[in-house]
Amino acid sequence: MALNFDENAPVLEIKDLNLSYWTRAGEIPAVIDFSLTVQKGESIGLVGESGCGKSTVAMAIMQYMGGNGSIKSGSIRFKGVELTELPPDELRTLRGSHISMIYQEPFAALNPSLTLGTQLKEVPMTHEGISDTEAHDRAAQVLADVRLPDPARVMAAYPHQISGGQQQRVVIAMALLSNPSLLLLDEPTTALDVTVEAGITKLIADISRKYGTSQIYISHNLGLILEVCDRVFVMYSGEVVEEGTINSLFTWPRHPYTHGLFGCIPLPTADKNAAPLRPIVGQLPLPHERPHGCNFGPRCKFFEDGRCDAKDVPMEPVAGTTSDHRVRCVRWREIDHSQDVAHGDAKDPMEIGDAVLAVEGMQKYYEVHDRSIKALLAGKSVMYVKANEQLNFDARRGETVAIVGESGCGKSTFAKVLMGLETATDGSIRHDGNDICKIPVRARSPQQIGSLQMVFQNPFDTLNPSHTIGTQIGRVIKKFGVETDKTKIRARVMELLDIVKLPRDFYIRRPRQLSGGQKQRIGIARAFAGNPSMVIADEPVSALDVSVAAAVTELLMEIQREHKTTLLFISHDLSVVRYLSDRIVVMYLGQIMERGTTEAIFAPPYHPYTEALLSAVPIADPEVTKREIVLEGNLPSALNPPQGCPFSTRCPRKVGTVCDDERPPVQMASDTHAIACHIPLEELARVEPVIVVPSEEERAHVAHQ
Amino acid sequence: MATIATVPAPGYGAALMNALRSFALLRESIVGMAGTALVLFWAILALGAPLFAPCDPNATLLAFAKPGTPIPIADACWSDTFILGTDNIGRDILSRIVWGARTVLTWAPIAAICAYAVGIVLGLAAGYYRGWIDDVLSGVSNIILAFPVLVLYILIIATFGASPLNIVFAVTFATGPLVMRIVRGLVLDLRNREYVAAAETRGETAWRIMLVEILPNARGPLIVDGCLRLGYVIITIGVLGFLGLGLPPPDPDWGGMINETRQMALAFPHMTVFPCIAISSLILGFNLMADGLREISLRD
Amino acid sequence: MLIFILKRIGQMLLIMLIVSVMLFLLLEINVESVAVKVLGQYSTQEQRELWLQRNGYYDPIYERYGRWLWGFVTGDLGESVRFKKPINDFMWDRLWNTAVLGFWAMAFIIPLALVLGILSGMREGSWLDRTISVTSIITTSIPEFASAPLLAAIFVFGLGWLPGTSSMIGGFDWKQLVLPVAVLVIYDFGYVARMTRASMAEVMTTHYIRTAVLKGLPYRSVILKHALRNALIAPFTVIMLQIPWLLSGVIVVEFFFAYKGFGALLLEASLNQDILLIEAASMVAVFVVVATQTLSDIGYTYLNPRIRFT
Repeated sequence: MALNFDENAPVLEIKDLNLSYWTRAGEIPAVIDFSLTVQKGESIGLVGESGCGKSTVAMAIMQYMGGNGSIKSGSIRFKGVELTELPPDELRTLRGSHISMIYQEPFAALNPSLTLGTQLKEVPMTHEGISDTEAHDRAAQVLADVRLPDPARVMAAYPHQISGGQQQRVVIAMALLSNPSLLLLDEPTTALDVTVEAGITKLIADISRKYGTSQIYISHNLGLILEVCDRVFVMYSGEVVEEGTINSLFTWPRHPYTHGLFGCIPLPTADKNAAPLRPIVGQLPLPHERPHGCNFGPRCKFFEDGRCDAKDVPMEPVAGTTSDHRVRCVRWREIDHSQDVAHGDAKDPMEIGDAVLAVEGMQKYYEVHDRSIKALLAGKSVMYVKANEQLNFDARRGETVAIVGESGCGKSTFAKVLMGLETATDGSIRHDGNDICKIPVRARSPQQIGSLQMVFQNPFDTLNPSHTIGTQIGRVIKKFGVETDKTKIRARVMELLDIVKLPRDFYIRRPRQLSGGQKQRIGIARAFAGNPSMVIADEPVSALDVSVAAAVTELLMEIQREHKTTLLFISHDLSVVRYLSDRIVVMYLGQIMERGTTEAIFAPPYHPYTEALLSAVPIADPEVTKREIVLEGNLPSALNPPQGCPFSTRCPRKVGTVCDDERPPVQMASDTHAIACHIPLEELARVEPVIVVPSEEERAHVAHQ
Repeated sequence: MATIATVPAPGYGAALMNALRSFALLRESIVGMAGTALVLFWAILALGAPLFAPCDPNATLLAFAKPGTPIPIADACWSDTFILGTDNIGRDILSRIVWGARTVLTWAPIAAICAYAVGIVLGLAAGYYRGWIDDVLSGVSNIILAFPVLVLYILIIATFGASPLNIVFAVTFATGPLVMRIVRGLVLDLRNREYVAAAETRGETAWRIMLVEILPNARGPLIVDGCLRLGYVIITIGVLGFLGLGLPPPDPDWGGMINETRQMALAFPHMTVFPCIAISSLILGFNLMADGLREISLRD
Repeated sequence: MLIFILKRIGQMLLIMLIVSVMLFLLLEINVESVAVKVLGQYSTQEQRELWLQRNGYYDPIYERYGRWLWGFVTGDLGESVRFKKPINDFMWDRLWNTAVLGFWAMAFIIPLALVLGILSGMREGSWLDRTISVTSIITTSIPEFASAPLLAAIFVFGLGWLPGTSSMIGGFDWKQLVLPVAVLVIYDFGYVARMTRASMAEVMTTHYIRTAVLKGLPYRSVILKHALRNALIAPFTVIMLQIPWLLSGVIVVEFFFAYKGFGALLLEASLNQDILLIEAASMVAVFVVVATQTLSDIGYTYLNPRIRFT
């Protein structure tokens, strides 16, 4: 079966594509009027929030829409060959050889009961009919290309035996095996830790350079798109609302939605007082409830009655900019975004009061029993996981303290001890004067419990689906003894709903009827029901879309400001942390690597780990320059951490065996800034800043060119 | 004045409404509808047994009558033919089937509810507390489940004698551990939800968390399993009757009817065929209902 | 892996031990009733006491239990009151007969259920799937004690093709095995088929199947190499657990068709309160259940690389 490719045609050409899903409720258009051309070697970014149709486009290119999806109209041509009319067996020769895909969750994408070698080899064996040994050599070669150490071992392993980052490298290798012309990447780094993500992103960028492969890169993260793409398409509710080259679109966004998105992302210069985030109001319309005319209309502040909702809005080229910049807005000529600053008005900084929380030498060890013969013989059947080791820090009234670290760093364990779900092994945690680290939650008084509450991570999990919103918040009020009278409880629930800016009729609603952002608001209301002196927020916005996350973050800040609450903010995202916290604690493998005020953390001297974390955060601003630091290796197992400095196995600035063998000393760079490292402070202070933000004059200079 | 208010735990009324609503959703599944129709048919017959049964189920009238035979003595019955014939000692089969429906639909749900009550309580405790409580409960249930089910029933009934209460006890004893396993599995999953953590961080008691926060969210799979389980209990009661270990005669019991007449089955098949069809159709009803409910729960 | 197997076997022995205590207590705690059961209702008090004395029933209970357990372990199962001969002489033949019945039932159930389940789960929601699903629900709704008379009515009374009893008095006869096997297959295959379908349908929606399709593999290879491998892990356990389930089923079938098997023996022993025979047969039944559970656990671990290599 020879497909007749036209090598002069664009690699991919999509024209006026309309895709629909068929459900019990009827037809739901998923992608509307979509056109896209990919030239050889080009990287296209497809960016948008969840439900905007970006993954559907990728599946349509692959012609894999599932039972209920179908292409209604339009054409998809790959090197001149029309894919929508291709018979199944010809399509098969195309998939995996000419067009390959890289997926969001590498672990789910790999077959758990076949060795990785088998899964890799079958690609060239199917498409090129080569022998097993030949395929084996090829697979080993490509595994080396994606910088996996010891390809032979990887090929003999099953997916669960290697780490998440390695799994994604295997998936990438699998996609590259037949040297495809087009690579589709569907959020390839979303499921990975920040420092691992940085490595994968760099690998993907190198590959497109080395092989000349065209890419379509799907992501919700504008910063990532900026790092890897040449052109970008912004999607909203099934439509492309704006497209253009990276430079043009990031410098002069024309569509109010694109512009709004930038207002929702904390930039490296911004903090909560100087330039608060400016969330987009409202939420994404459901696919079957899309408005007339512009889909973004109801959330747009430039909305004009009778014009914006009159008829479907076509894409229009933007004159006077770099070629190819197009926008779907009837008012793009009139709106002058330069008059409209992306960020909200400045506020006065909060007053910081007395210490509310003091953590001293806190330790939490878990016992793990190893019942293998080897361990029994060696007498090591009981091992300890040091989830938290020697934590020291404090938090004061009205202050926001952030705990930053990747998965497994012990930040969630610390939250559990604080809340009394676990008790500490050693040390003390003083909250409002009492040592609480060994008092389990059921032994605490209602006032104690009520004054220390938590906002949870997962909006789909945080509320009990069986009970109404009113019952759930009311229960908290009653439990903490804030009110006892039924009508007063009800009144207080209403008041809390007002505080989190939700309509009062949510009282009788069930969690199922709420969107993710709304659920998270209820979670915040619940945490503040007992007038807490301190609230722990465990990644409260990481599962939300950018525009919604910004609104929830702002709400949290506002309530904190009003109630002068201490906020302990747990996160892996340094840009959010920089934006909202006063002080930062950086953790790695259960230990504090560095702590200090936000300014101190973000400027040299850095702990080498902080330095790597800073470099790993994608920034959605083309003018900001970053020093590239890619960490090698994996996170060590918590069961068997390095003897000396926990970071010694991956540290790019390792000074010698002292790092492996000895605990690093805690060095005080200032009264409040501590770094646990063997490298002398003077040397660390000489390090160049990781992120360089141009001054206002420099920016103006660039804009005029 | 004493004010004894039976206020249900918050959300329980609502949870019940939800459970009812999921039954109402059955109308969207053809299979589920068919099952509900079958179950309703038998439930109505059982409720109105005195109205629907043409004769006294225990009256001896005319032995070995085939279906359609006219009834000789008119005052024992309001019908003038044996629609389904009579059995070996001359009792009207239709009447015995109708009254048998009442027997089975009384004792099967009671037994199933007892097994569920025990299984849910133990499963909640094992799944929520884990540790040694779980070890002990799981160990005990493993021992009970080490017997082939029917062997266990035969041992219990043969030792303690055949009576409705002993059957309820035997079913609870043998099925409770199975229900416990299912509940335990569901709880092990649900207890990691953040709303459970939220309840723990506000210092709720363990039983409140189990009953108010966890159990209502396990209702979907439990309702489906409950329908299937009811089918099994009906089979159990039938098997015991069939083996001569069931409810004591003369009151009609479908399994017993099959047993009493099976020697005649080769000459007068109607005596056994009709009770067989009756019991199979009722079990089919519950199985179809379970399938319909599962289909609907997967859809959303 | 080795330690896991040893551990499972240890657990198995522990369960057997506890079960033996339970059985012993259930049946022999009341010494008087033992004598009644053995000597019959019309024996005199003196006869009973004499018998009890002679057979050591007045010894402390733990001694009696120890003696019984030792006898059981060394293969001395005692004598059946009902059959008036040592249990060893006939129980194993009965067990063999049941094994033959069970073997043929499984020989039909496994291929039938797997093929239907896989076909049905491969294309969830298709017409084929719906037909297979509804058929299997209907067949699993007909319990053995209902399908046996129904089949007998059709094939014995109606068509006269097959014999109505399977006592095999005149030696082994194929024809006599057909109906008992058919009854067991009808009731059981639907359940296994539905479990297989659920497992297959779940695997077909996983991302790694999508990966396999989008790699451009032929559909055959996606199903045979990628899907079946994972989809058959769950049905393996289900099939293993059907063996204890069959042990219940054979009681009904052997009773109805007068087949001289283990199930009928157990039932007869229970109905006649033949204590030593009940104990011996129950222990054998429990052993079969626990052994299949252990095998299925070990097999599951072996089939599932995620557990095998950790």
